[in-house]
Amino acid sequence: MKNKFLFYILCVSMCGILSCKKDNYTPPSSQLNGALTYKGDTIRVEYNRVSFQLYQFGFGKVGPIGGTFSQNGTMNMVLFAGNYKFIIPNGQGPFFWKKTPAGDPDTLNISLAGSQNLNIEVMPYYMIRNAAFSGGGGTVKATCKVEKIITDANAKAIERVTLYINNTAFVSGANNVASASISGAAITDPNNISLSVAVPSGLGQNFVQARIGVKIAGVEALIFSPIMIVTY
Amino acid sequence: MKKLISILLAASLLTMAGCKKDDDFLNIPPTQVIPQDLAFSDPALVLSIVGDLYNRQLDFSSFRNGWSSFTDFSESFPSENGSYYIVQRTGWDFGSWGVNWSGSYAYIRDLNLFIQRDSASTKLAPSDKARFMAEGRFLRANFYFELAKRIGGVPLILQPLVYDLKGDPTYLQYPRAKESDIYDFVISEAEAIKNSLPSDPSEKSRATKAAALAMEARAALYAGSIAKYGAKTPQVMLSGGEVGIAASKANDYYTRALAAAQEIISGQAGNYKLYKVLPNLSDNFAAIFLDKTSVNQETIFLEDYKVNSGKTHPFTTNDQPFSLSDEGYDAGRLNPSLNLVESFEKLDNTYAPLPTTDATGSQLFYSNVQDIFAGRDARLAGTVLLPGTVFKTGVVDIWAGYQLANGSIISSNDAVNLKPLPGSTTPVQVVGKDGPVSGLELRTQTGFYIRKWLDPTTGSGRRGRGSDVAFVRYRYAEVLLNAAEAAFELGRTDLAAGYMNLVRARAGLTTPLLPTDMSFDRIVHERRVELAFEGHVLYDMKRWRLANQIWDGTPTGLADLKANIGTANKRSTQPWGLWPYRYYDPGGPNDGKWVFKETLPGPVTGANLFLMGNYYSRIGDDVIAANPKIIRQPNQ
Repeated sequence: MKNKFLFYILCVSMCGILSCKKDNYTPPSSQLNGALTYKGDTIRVEYNRVSFQLYQFGFGKVGPIGGTFSQNGTMNMVLFAGNYKFIIPNGQGPFFWKKTPAGDPDTLNISLAGSQNLNIEVMPYYMIRNAAFSGGGGTVKATCKVEKIITDANAKAIERVTLYINNTAFVSGANNVASASISGAAITDPNNISLSVAVPSGLGQNFVQARIGVKIAGVEALIFSPIMIVTY
Repeated sequence: MKKLISILLAASLLTMAGCKKDDDFLNIPPTQVIPQDLAFSDPALVLSIVGDLYNRQLDFSSFRNGWSSFTDFSESFPSENGSYYIVQRTGWDFGSWGVNWSGSYAYIRDLNLFIQRDSASTKLAPSDKARFMAEGRFLRANFYFELAKRIGGVPLILQPLVYDLKGDPTYLQYPRAKESDIYDFVISEAEAIKNSLPSDPSEKSRATKAAALAMEARAALYAGSIAKYGAKTPQVMLSGGEVGIAASKANDYYTRALAAAQEIISGQAGNYKLYKVLPNLSDNFAAIFLDKTSVNQETIFLEDYKVNSGKTHPFTTNDQPFSLSDEGYDAGRLNPSLNLVESFEKLDNTYAPLPTTDATGSQLFYSNVQDIFAGRDARLAGTVLLPGTVFKTGVVDIWAGYQLANGSIISSNDAVNLKPLPGSTTPVQVVGKDGPVSGLELRTQTGFYIRKWLDPTTGSGRRGRGSDVAFVRYRYAEVLLNAAEAAFELGRTDLAAGYMNLVRARAGLTTPLLPTDMSFDRIVHERRVELAFEGHVLYDMKRWRLANQIWDGTPTGLADLKANIGTANKRSTQPWGLWPYRYYDPGGPNDGKWVFKETLPGPVTGANLFLMGNYYSRIGDDVIAANPKIIRQPNQ
């Protein structure tokens, strides 16, 4: 019994010794904080939908470090110091990302030494301006202006504008309790779009979080307005 | 002295015995490995090798992949606590439906080795040799077809590759072939081998001429529709053609598909025909998947199972009705959804939701629980176990509770928990033994159980015995539908209607469709109901580029559910149920009758969202890192 006990003690202490000191790398500590912007304005997207890839070269095999943007168009990553190449894969995001002549996404070089804030400047197809929300009588109303940014050969039409509401902080096509849409063809004045949606009963709270999304024809990701808490 | 001599003699004898034939001494043929030339000298041994290769084929829904490979896509609800994620997620990972890359190419290498060794063998009879060769090539082509369905163009390796151990593997790195190249390969292989294979409808688990042609027809049809409907999603393309097929090729592929299907239909590959044996059309439809005898001339190629042979599967164990289960608490996982059930047509070829209310919105009463399903396509009751159906020795007991005259519901969280009805103190059963109760696993939560593939043999639901229902990979009805679709796309609606009417008449839809009735919606609908739970829905929706429309991430409301039935791009993002209630109103005219309510099972919180990046499954970063010539999928 005693021997067995000592044996266990010995095992545990050996494990402790083995794992204590010199077998680990120091963890990465440089934080990269990126934000999608257009001329200083933040571009907001759907949570976990628009992805990006970071490549670091010089270590043999090449594979991307992948991630997705948050609802507010930001990304955070803790990395080792070094040189990285940042891309947004083709077909991602409600904006135009520069391409090489071969059709691959163009790279953004990042040399990381210590933490860094990075504005990722992109060209959105549209911007949502002056989004305003109001609630009352069991409905949420919203107005906004949709400004067309890309007007050259790459321009795309609006498929629809949608007002989403949800009872949590995540508001998007995948996460909503109700939504109301107006199709692109039905928009007479893009400077003055108004939408209203009835709040379903039984949410158990007197407020919802709302935001407007613009679906662009032929582009999968929506561009969104800021999220607003609306009492109804 | 004498002793010394004898020792010397013994020693020299030993050395003599041990010295001369060192080679022979060490060269002992292994007893557990059969050398190549021996293996390829005897057809029985080659058959055992090819048997292993058959076993390693890939399917989407299959008994090997488990019951959950039949769920998802809102065609059914998974009634198991560990599987609710299927209806709670809001979309699929880009890696979904991918393959184990190295495992797949290890299999392809084995197929290539088999083909190489078979062609090098000298001792096999020419007829055996040719048949085995054709089988190896069939399995290889079918496997490449499976890869192309999932990931588009893949490296097309047709020789066993050998590494020279010199430290530089780049000469073994092959780029992805074009998507059309893979389909062309499948088609040309089928044409090349079809006459080396037997034309025998009773040969079902080995490749036949009909299996090769059925594979060719399906592959050509897929390629044709990717070419045609790929134009709807121009972003799902790669400039090198690894993903996407030029629209100009569509007609050639459709023509090829029609020709291959017609070769089977005209009897050139053996006498195949639709299974019409039992007088009850629903029972007959269910029996297609149960009857493995030569009476069944519909099934063309299947993965067979056999009780007491070690190769059985637990599909029936996992999905049998709860109260009729052979294993307590192992049952009821796969519940067909109302989305699928309501899409079965009425016998006058029209679509309608199952009527639960009249035009004014008041509830309809049915004296029998099955009356609501009356007058529908016989395949409905052949595919789905409806409430009140007999399975094995009992009646399926599906009802969600009592509804009182004032509209309130009396129910409980389990059939064993009794409650008294109003005006009584005697507790009685207030919910069906087979469900539905929202969130109660292993009983139906949609109001339906699966019938297709469910084995009615005594003991088939036991874990130890298992079931030996075979998985049908190719069958004649699908060949007819492939021919109908190809003919329709080629503008030959008369031909298309003719083929489709054969399949429909077998299901009791005896009013034939006219050539003018043929539409894309009809094609989509017919495949959905005829081939439900056979592993087609995902690939069909992918090749028609409908997946991003019907699984658009928006929750399916009740109005959505009941509208546009039979329309190809109808939204179906959440599996609904249809719950029967007993009406309790003593003395009233409707007492004891049945009412129905469309119900979204409680665990369903997500809505299927199919992104453009889901059209072709992700190729892992490890694969691309090992072979930089492989390019990424679009939109990921």
